[in-house]
Amino acid sequence: MAVLSEEQEMLRDMAREWVVNESPVAKFRAVRASGEPRAYDLATYATMAQMGWTGVIIPEAFGGTDFGWLSAGMIFEEMGKTVTASPLMATTLTAAAIMLGGSDEQKAKWLPQLASGAVIGTLAIDEGPHHAPHRLATTVANGRLTGTKAFVHEAHDAALFVVAAADGLYVVEADSAENAGSVRVATRHLADMRSHALVMFEGASAEKLAAGPEDLLDQLLDRARILTACEMLGMAQAVFDTTLDYLKQRVQFNQALSSFQALQHRMADLFGELAMMRSAVEGGLQALDAGMMVAQAATIAKAEANRVLHIISREGVQLHGGIGMTDEYDIGFYLKRARVLESSWGSTSFLKDRFAKISGY
Amino acid sequence: MATRPMTDKDAATDAFRQEVCQFLTDHFPPELKGKGNPMAGIESDLRETEPQRRWRESMGSRGWGTPTWPTAYGGGGLSRKQAAILSEELTRAGAYNPIGGMGVMMFGPTLLEYGNEQQKQEHIPPICRGEIRWCQGYSEPNAGSDLANLQTTAEDKGDHYLVNGQKTWTSGGQWADKCFCLVRTDRSDKHKGISFLLIDMRAPGVEVRPIRMISGLSPFCETFFTDVKVPKENLVGREGEGWTIGKRLLQHERTNLSGGGSTGRMTGQRLPDLAKKYHETDASGALADKVLRDRIADFEIRWGAFLLTARRAAEESKAQGGVSEISSVLKKLGTKLGQERSELIIGIMGLQGLGWEGEGFSETELAGVRAWLFGKATTIYGGSTEIQNNIIAKRVLGMLDHQ
Repeated sequence: MAVLSEEQEMLRDMAREWVVNESPVAKFRAVRASGEPRAYDLATYATMAQMGWTGVIIPEAFGGTDFGWLSAGMIFEEMGKTVTASPLMATTLTAAAIMLGGSDEQKAKWLPQLASGAVIGTLAIDEGPHHAPHRLATTVANGRLTGTKAFVHEAHDAALFVVAAADGLYVVEADSAENAGSVRVATRHLADMRSHALVMFEGASAEKLAAGPEDLLDQLLDRARILTACEMLGMAQAVFDTTLDYLKQRVQFNQALSSFQALQHRMADLFGELAMMRSAVEGGLQALDAGMMVAQAATIAKAEANRVLHIISREGVQLHGGIGMTDEYDIGFYLKRARVLESSWGSTSFLKDRFAKISGY
Repeated sequence: MATRPMTDKDAATDAFRQEVCQFLTDHFPPELKGKGNPMAGIESDLRETEPQRRWRESMGSRGWGTPTWPTAYGGGGLSRKQAAILSEELTRAGAYNPIGGMGVMMFGPTLLEYGNEQQKQEHIPPICRGEIRWCQGYSEPNAGSDLANLQTTAEDKGDHYLVNGQKTWTSGGQWADKCFCLVRTDRSDKHKGISFLLIDMRAPGVEVRPIRMISGLSPFCETFFTDVKVPKENLVGREGEGWTIGKRLLQHERTNLSGGGSTGRMTGQRLPDLAKKYHETDASGALADKVLRDRIADFEIRWGAFLLTARRAAEESKAQGGVSEISSVLKKLGTKLGQERSELIIGIMGLQGLGWEGEGFSETELAGVRAWLFGKATTIYGGSTEIQNNIIAKRVLGMLDHQ
């Protein structure tokens, strides 16, 4: 765990306690059972907004708390531990896009609403099952955006879309009278039972985020990679902890499974991998707060998150034995969510290619 | 962003930095600039040139080779922040810290914690001055991973101990002046029968034989003790406390083996640069062999994560004070990655990377093959990876053996 300031430590402790008490895995089970396509609990999200979590990275001038990326990351880590479903990350990334590329006017219009939780936003970038942000068919002509975005996270309740077109990033207001009928959301049920959708923009009125740097999209995606890696870190930690507890309790051959050296060494290996993952993810957050070497740090963070969560989620099921295969047991949720996040914002092969590119080979 | 106002603290920091710069100007021999530390490796003999000797003495007498150790014993007495500034300025000037070895990395910190006043006064100052080289007398032919099975005995003869037995894998034993040694003072209890004893390598009855390794080098020795008389005041702690003290020392060892020490020396050449030297690139300057490119990126990402882990462990141990059991994790990860890196390096160079000696090979190629072979020791010494796994599982994760 990174060395934290007093303020950050308080925030983390609060998040940890709240998630355990108010958003346990049972909450996600209820969400799943409800069958609502939005796939999150409205009251739970409203509380998050009240606690200020929607404004953690947003400057105070726009109604946020400006606690920084490390603070935001800790919240997502805690939420990952109980597979808490919410549009918080999508909304945070929407704010990040506007902070990076929005004009003063766009910031003044959107950031306070995002900070307060009044508006839910999300990113609509990829157009197929693979992360390929530099091969986009979406186009904009005369302020009208046309294109189809695949597997958009948290689209169901989103009022604001940050959409990647071939020539840059745009914001599309889904609820405006002007856009009635031109933004269509079709649910796509993935194994993780969260909110995913095909989103079709048919001549939707769009405003360009024109004030950002040349590599605005890459910078935004680096933020998406790092925050996603935070959620994955929480998931990996939870699977590891649950598995360790299980090995200590489960008795076979008249002894606890944890007393078998074959299993001890496998857990020691996973513990080492988890340490690498944590360092990589926290390194990403620290790079964002320092504004240094972000592209490299983000790539390392997500690549390590992909690699380690993949191993831990697989081993977690195996080490639980038959009970890990049951729907009644929580561990399957982590396995299914893990694969969705591994493919989001860059698979391992995408990230290795990107790392080599930015390192000059 | 507004500039931060200058505080007293900043002023003190600046003053210290200036002091360091002045010291470097006055004392660092320019001919050593950028040469690196000649004594960085345990496999090196101590044959100093005149400028090297002067530089060692300058740093040693100031205590800056062991910057955070107490001044009462010859250390620098610096804060961690000052030590960081010193290190930064050394690097900037192309200088190095000439004080090192096992005395600094392992024995000194342990003696400061467990030694009595007289022992600290006697042994710490020569370490700070870089005058005495220490070696480690732990492993024996029948006490490797099962270290507590050691049989070298120290028999109480009233005013001295009489030591008999054999140690092995004594790193740098042929060049060492003294040895910190685990010996058996009691046969009735495996762990509580072990004591921590300091032995003069020049004492009658001490014999050292270098062992030739697969790398062709002989960095390790066998050490034989035959009726060696050791003064009673050389016992650290009490009789029977050797296992506790010895384990503490191993934590310092692991931290050094994983992070700074062994891996620090290998960071010279970037893998992608090496790969471009031995393989074709495409029009965009990327490696044409996409499989190799993927392997390098895969390694570099994990290496990056490891360096971040080492940094995080250092920050955490600073916050908590002292090395911790996380040292087992670092040792296990760092040594495995180091070996992987070596394998990649010789693989990148092809058969050219397997040159043993003689004509037709560059210095890098010849060094690569020796480093690759020597590196196989890293997951065995200092507690093998399997032993680290036991430590992690039992001490950190609380997975206990059945009764």
